[in-house]
Parts: sequence; structure tokens; C-alpha cells
Amino acid sequence: MSCWDTVQAYALRSLGVGERLLPRDDFTLCQQFTLIGSGMIWNIYFGLLALVAGFFLANALALGKAARNPLLRKPAEWFIFIFRGSPLFIQFFLAYAIFTALKQNVPGASWLTSAWAGALVVLFLNTAAYSAEIFYGALRSVPRGEVEAADAYGMTGWRRFRRIIWPTMMRLGWPAYTNEAIFLFHATTLVFFSGFPAFQQKGDALYYASYFADKTFNPFIPYPIVAFYFILLTLVVIGVFGLINRHLNKHLPQDARRKLRLRPQMIR
Amino acid sequence: MNMYWAFGTVLLLLAVTAPAALLFGFGGASAARSNVAPLRWLGKGYIAIVRGVPDIAFFLFFVIALDQGFEWLRHQWLCPDWDQPIRQGNDFVVCQAAKLPLNSAPQWVHEVYGFATAVLTFAVVFGAFAANVLYGAMRAVPKGQTETAAAYGMSPRQTFWRITVPQMWVYALPGLSNLWMVLIKATPLLFLLGVEDIVYWARELAGTKTARFTDYPHGDWRIWYFLALLIFYLCFTKLSEVVLERLMKRLTRGQATLGGTT
Repeated sequence: MSCWDTVQAYALRSLGVGERLLPRDDFTLCQQFTLIGSGMIWNIYFGLLALVAGFFLANALALGKAARNPLLRKPAEWFIFIFRGSPLFIQFFLAYAIFTALKQNVPGASWLTSAWAGALVVLFLNTAAYSAEIFYGALRSVPRGEVEAADAYGMTGWRRFRRIIWPTMMRLGWPAYTNEAIFLFHATTLVFFSGFPAFQQKGDALYYASYFADKTFNPFIPYPIVAFYFILLTLVVIGVFGLINRHLNKHLPQDARRKLRLRPQMIR
Repeated sequence: MNMYWAFGTVLLLLAVTAPAALLFGFGGASAARSNVAPLRWLGKGYIAIVRGVPDIAFFLFFVIALDQGFEWLRHQWLCPDWDQPIRQGNDFVVCQAAKLPLNSAPQWVHEVYGFATAVLTFAVVFGAFAANVLYGAMRAVPKGQTETAAAYGMSPRQTFWRITVPQMWVYALPGLSNLWMVLIKATPLLFLLGVEDIVYWARELAGTKTARFTDYPHGDWRIWYFLALLIFYLCFTKLSEVVLERLMKRLTRGQATLGGTT
């Protein structure tokens, strides 16, 4: 079986397309690369959707936390504290337990217990909380002069927020948000290690990597492959976010622009 | 009953790992700013490698690598006349005497060994992060201070120990306290390393990977267990926040920073 055949057979294995049986012996490097790469589809799926959806909730939460009305502020504060103060692992387990309980009591909720939806919900809420804290910090450091200038122009309420405050908030928060995005992608590796089952061996990159490590007793090949894929993914994220960062800062002179500084914070 | 001891395991891990990681970090940071080039590369390389690789992949990988590394060393030492290759295809084979822990060892040795590798892994990984923080903190100590020390005729070594090290903690504390929070939240990864901690039990309770198809006849009390865990971590985080806040106040007293002048 040539390498190209392997790619054709296994490239979409994590989605259930192609060869059903995983290789059992005589593991080639090509198989490992293909299957782990196939698992990366899930990592990208989780990361991307959670990031996009979480962005909107994060904005709402940041505004909520900055609100003067305690009815808005308290729930936002608690939400952020709960999701930032506890390990993502525990959140996954708890969510899985809650979802299984829901499944038995509420008809039609069974889709929540499968990884593609349940884990996505948890990741979405989690990243929303972390990003909300970043945006909240950015919101608080919006220069007073800009807001006053907006007032002087007679802008109020929504218009002032949309045209002045929000763009500046994005600009200030963006470097930190880039880090958050990278770590969200790293956190997707947790999905199949927490309670959510991998249905018909359709797992993510780490799922296949640990499969190979278990079968071959040699961690020195599959895990570096995972690392390799993640470094690639991280570079892509940095590239895309860097472009957006440039767009957000394009009105500023070159030396006043905020650079992206990567400050990994590892586990959540 | 073991389930309750698991909480103790977590606390013990934190108590042992935090100083160990700090030590690794201190070593790494000192090495990274050394004047000897190879030592500097070693320090910088250590920081760069550990920080660049995703967390869990590192955790999974490092423990097995460490285990095999130890066994290989003992193998070289204990069985010099071993003629078979150590890597037989994909298997890793060492002689019986080099197995770590020994097959005949009692159960608690296995547990302690597992715990020790876990601590070492955590210390190495978090050491790199601490090294980065301390490296920045050492550079944040005002230049005037070290220059004054040099003017007083202190050697670089004396300057380092008497001036830089006592003053860097203020600059390091925000980063370190952030790291501590992360460390708290990283403890659930222990179960990946095979230590029976609270999440190990959580996972046991969560059932096998096919739990999706089972319907439990009894009420589902696992939710409450996870909820208790969640609250345990939340309380722990809150407590740490309060304590670190106090520590920061204490440390900034008399220092020429914004916090200290008030």
C-alpha cells in the first residue's frame, strides 16, 4: 500500500469516510501522519466554531461586566469567575454528566451527549468567559479622551459604542485575544480525554496519537507528529490574527501600533 | 474512601510541585542570562522547547520518555552483558532487574513512583514557565541598583545574590501568581499520568467510553460529585487570589514601584 493509497483511505477517517478499520500492525509513518492529520479536522472544527460563537458572547459578557446595573453585572461576573476559576477538565466532566441526565429526562436532548455538540458547547462557554475577561480589560483601558471626543461630536449610546468604543476595545484587546485563540485550539485536545466518547473511533488528533502510542509503545513518533501539526495550526492562527490586527491598527502611525506578543499561558 | 484521599493527593502535589517548579525556573532563568554561551543556550532552549509544545502532548509524551530513559540508564548499569537489542521493533525491552519500579516491589512503591514522575513532569513544564517569568523579573530590577552594587565593588556573583535576587520577587509575583492559578487548574491532568487523583475517580465514575449507550437505573449522583469538584476548585482559586493579593501588598512595601509608594 503506497502512501498515497493510505492518504486516500484514511484522510477523512475521523469523519467516518473511507477505510473503516484502523491499521493494527506494521504501522508506517505515513499512516500515522495521515490519521493524526485526519483527527486534526476535529480540533479545527471545535476551535473554529467555539471561537466564532464565543466572540459574540464574550462581547456581550464584557459589556455586562462593565454595566452599572447589578442585574446585568452580577450574572456576567459569576459566569466569568466560574468558567475561569475551574479547570476545563472538570467542566467537561460536569457537562457530560449533566447532558446524560438531560438525555434521560428531556426527549430530544440526546445530541448533546455526543462530542461534536456537547464538547462544542463547553468550549464555547469557556472561551467566551476567557475572552470576556480580556475584552473587559480592554474596555476599561479605552482612553477617556476618545470617549469625550465622541461626546463632543454629539454621539451617544449605540452609535458612540459602535463607532468609537468598540473598535478601540478590539484594537486594545486583540493581542491578548490572539493568545486566547491559540490556547483554545490547544484546549481542543482535551475533548476526547474527558468523558465524551469517540463514536466509532472518530476521534481527534490526540485520540489517534494515543492509539498509536498504545499500540506501538513508542511515544516518540505520534506525539511529535501532534506537536508538529499544532505548531502549523498555531502559525496559521497567528497569521490570520496578525492580519486582523493590522487591519484594526491601520489608521495609526507605524510605531504606535500594538504588536502581537505571544504569551502562552498553557493550561486552563 | 480512596476518593477522599484523592483530594489530599492534589494538595500534596501542589505543595511539592510549586517549590520544585520554582527551583527549575530559577535554574533556567539563571542559566538563560549566564555569560557562558552553552549554558545560556541550554537555559533559553529549555524555556523555548517546553513553551512551544502543546501542554497535554507534552505531559503524555514526557512521562513515558522519562520512564524509558530511567529504565535505559539502569539497564546499561545493571545488565552490561545483555545481548538483545532494547528496541525490538516497537517494543521497549529491558532486563528484569532494570524494570522501574521492580515487578516484585510492593504496591505503595508503584504509587510513590507514579507520584514522583508526576511531580517531576509538572516541575519541568512549569519550571519553564517560571523561568520565563523570573528571567523577565531579573531584567526588570532597576539598572541603577546593579550599577551601584558594581560601584561598591561587588563581584557579579555577589551582585546577583545580594541585589538582584531579593528585589526581583516584586516583579515576578504577578507572573508567578498567574502561574500558580494555572498550576491549580492543571492538577486534573494528573490522572493522565496515572496518579489516582480526584479526576481519576471522576473518570472512573464517568464510566467507560461507551457510557453513551447505558441508561442508569438509579438517580445520577455523579453530577453532584463533579459539582463538588468544581466548587472545590473555585474556592481554592478564590482563596489563592486573596492570599496572593496580601502577599503582593507585603512585598511592595518600601519598594520604588507604584504599589510601594502609597
